[in-house]
Amino acid sequence: MKILVLIKQVPDTEAAIKPAADQISVAEAGVKFIINPYDEYALEEALRIKEARPGTTVKAVTLGPAHSAEALRSAAAMGVDEVLLLKTESPLADGLATARALAAALAGDSFDLILTGKESIDDGNMQVGPMVAELLGLACLTVVTRLTVAEENLTAECETDAGLALFTAPLPAVVTCQKGLNEPRYPSIRGKMAAMKMVIPEQSAAVDPGLLRITRLTPPPARAGGKLVGEGSTAVPELVKLLHTEAKVL
Amino acid sequence: MPMVLAVTEMQDGRLRKTSREVVSQARQIADAMGAEVTALMMTGPANAEEGASLGSCGASQVLLARATLLENYHGELYRQAVLAAIAQTDATVVLFPATSMGRDLAPRVAAARGAALASDCTGLTWQEGGLIAQKPLYAGKVMAELTLTGPLQMASLRPNLFPVRDLFPGQNAAIVPLELPALTAKAVLQEVRRRDASHLDVSDAEIILCGGRGMRGPDNFGLLEEIAALLGGAVAATRAVVDSGWRPHRDQVGQTGKVVSPNLYIMCGASGSIQHWAGMSGSRCIVAINKDPNAPIMQRADYRLIGDLFEVLPVLKEEIARLRG
Repeated sequence: MKILVLIKQVPDTEAAIKPAADQISVAEAGVKFIINPYDEYALEEALRIKEARPGTTVKAVTLGPAHSAEALRSAAAMGVDEVLLLKTESPLADGLATARALAAALAGDSFDLILTGKESIDDGNMQVGPMVAELLGLACLTVVTRLTVAEENLTAECETDAGLALFTAPLPAVVTCQKGLNEPRYPSIRGKMAAMKMVIPEQSAAVDPGLLRITRLTPPPARAGGKLVGEGSTAVPELVKLLHTEAKVL
Repeated sequence: MPMVLAVTEMQDGRLRKTSREVVSQARQIADAMGAEVTALMMTGPANAEEGASLGSCGASQVLLARATLLENYHGELYRQAVLAAIAQTDATVVLFPATSMGRDLAPRVAAARGAALASDCTGLTWQEGGLIAQKPLYAGKVMAELTLTGPLQMASLRPNLFPVRDLFPGQNAAIVPLELPALTAKAVLQEVRRRDASHLDVSDAEIILCGGRGMRGPDNFGLLEEIAALLGGAVAATRAVVDSGWRPHRDQVGQTGKVVSPNLYIMCGASGSIQHWAGMSGSRCIVAINKDPNAPIMQRADYRLIGDLFEVLPVLKEEIARLRG
């Protein structure tokens, strides 16, 4: 079985994000980058399938600037067989342009299963997984918290607002991964050492400017200074009164 | 006349509230464009007369896609219904709710039609021939303005932010059947497991009580549940709590959980990490109850109470019960 994992490098969740001077991109100075946390579930799931099904290979691909290679290095350290950087300096604001660039770059290759995170924590669009599936004409199951893969089909539990939806689908298919699916492994020391020396294969990718662009980034609206109501349970009646009469939220 | 298509969503045989938000916002956009609004209703064979009431929010007609296969949400099948509705109405703008349905459905439709899609928008206007969308990036650490172009433009709207407008009280919209193609799909829906219908999801709640590690253990969340029940609210949790297995992941608020913007968000024993703040800083009113006056949340919340949760929360419950009496 051939599994493809689409990953994205994103700023660490700890990072304070500020608009850059151009007001359409974010300031990257001092920002640490990580693999998008939801993509780590996708990587882990691929590796578990590989361990359960001898002969399975896992390839991790990312589309992004040169420093995205480090996300692939981390994926290699976790144990994927092959990595590829689709290098672009274009902004990736338009999900469809991103999905098209990925689909075009993958056109010559075939996979039984494509895994990716349910969303990336930077733009939070939840677009690329289902869009890649649409462009490749594949079934797509999103926000998956349990996955069972057989020879020719899969069973997936998808998290929805109302509960869970259980689907079966023929392979090849696209699955987007949600927290709860698994616990991503830490790379072994040996894996890390091997990945450190690795030359990350890359090819340049053409990304269309697309039909959606960021025209302005601003810091979130500041909140006006708050009020210390008091200490201990004796302050509770005053708090409830303020919420009722001043804030009018109770 | 140009057409704005508002995709609505049913739950348990009724229109979700967010459906009316989407239709109301579609009306705003349509007014700026000089367009009309068609609402699309996708449902099983059951009675769908409720759709007519979307007229009061500004829909001039309701397209009804009714089929046994549409009883429950299925991405591939609903995609075909939306594509048919776009074709039948010549819509140039399509709006979705950014619910679990809309966030699965909209990208499929956008990719099928080669359209720009702005996801999970918190603001949306029409200016000079295109949609301008506002949305938080990095779960709210930065706000973005997005400009869409192209002959077909789409957006999904974050629930509970856009007002439901009763523009034409009592006015019913005409219900028109949608000509559906033969519905086919690769994936097969085997089973839908609903949570207890009385369970209010944090995304839908107007009032949220959030417990952090200061709650000390899963059993103590019962206190928050009791207060939430009095208020018709929901209980949320921080990542630390979810990772400890005290609460399910669906309750997690923050950068790797849900982003919420209720009227009232009460933080109980949570420090207010940058990741958590990103998920709830859009709340109208934030209250922090914490025994540590130096916790980050105690610098940022609108109302702060220093104290031991296990002394404060029982009194809070009493006071709220009295108020709601």
